[in-house]
Amino acid sequence: MVHDAHAATAIPGWQGVKADYSGDKQAFPVPWGKAMMWIFLLSDTFIFTCFLVGYMNVRLSTTDPWPLASEVFSLHVAGHTLPLLLIAIMTFILITSSGTMAMAVNYGYRRDRVRTTALLVATAVLGASFVGMQAFEWTKLIVEEGIRPWGNPLGAAQFGSAFFMITGFHGAHVSAGVIYLLVTAWRVWSGFYDRKGTYETVEVAGLYWHFVDLVWVFIFAFFYLW
Amino acid sequence: MAQAEGQQHPIRIYLWIWLLLFVLSTFSYLVDYFHLQGYLRWSLIITFMLLKAGFIVAIFMHMTWERLALKLAILLPPVSLLVLIAFMAIEGQHTFVTRLASFLP
Repeated sequence: MVHDAHAATAIPGWQGVKADYSGDKQAFPVPWGKAMMWIFLLSDTFIFTCFLVGYMNVRLSTTDPWPLASEVFSLHVAGHTLPLLLIAIMTFILITSSGTMAMAVNYGYRRDRVRTTALLVATAVLGASFVGMQAFEWTKLIVEEGIRPWGNPLGAAQFGSAFFMITGFHGAHVSAGVIYLLVTAWRVWSGFYDRKGTYETVEVAGLYWHFVDLVWVFIFAFFYLW
Repeated sequence: MAQAEGQQHPIRIYLWIWLLLFVLSTFSYLVDYFHLQGYLRWSLIITFMLLKAGFIVAIFMHMTWERLALKLAILLPPVSLLVLIAFMAIEGQHTFVTRLASFLP
């Protein structure tokens, strides 16, 4: 009857707030870091959905023609125009990084410090190259195509605002993830998790990284392919 | 205890899902490459997208092996977003028709 005792005797100040909110109960018998990361990702799902729904709304309601993503994002390679080539490469890079991340989590639980670190660094490098390609893509769109958040010469003005908002927010997530992964990699390498006795934190970092890939799946489908 | 070392599964399963994601991404890229149009294009894009998202959440994010309470807590709330999508689609259509009627010559 520990819970009842808590409720009956009010502890003064912030300690009381903490005691009341914790209530000596745990809803999900998983590591707290994992539960919190899932809840954060749930809130992030709502944010990204709001962006994509906003994009759907402006695209439905505009009377100007929507620029053709297939042509806007094409690359000229050796005299050929390949539609969405850069975006396809970025997609494959992100999937590859998701694969190396999954392996890192697996080797982490096997307590293979060297392989886990190497795979985490590989994931971070792939993520950084994704951001680099995105910077290239943005530069091309801004400088060569003249696309701005408030208008563009190709058609509907909303194209730019939706594009910069959605891919910018996703790119910020990837950049934050790269830093997150490098910190985790350093901690694995320095034996921090061996001393802590658990590699769960690597899995939690993995959840964040897979989510970044997950969001890209939706952006790729709705913004680039639709 | 089985849970002591958390989520541990054979490497093989990750490699298979990895390959599958590559194949599905290639398919969705080919939808654009071959200029498929209309309902065929949209249904293929949505199918490949949902398959990819499902495999990432289920296998890479280990949702398959989590307890039902956590699955429900994370996977059910986003369903409410379908209402937002439906409302905004209706609203967008309405705005489009209003613009056609009022602002175009």
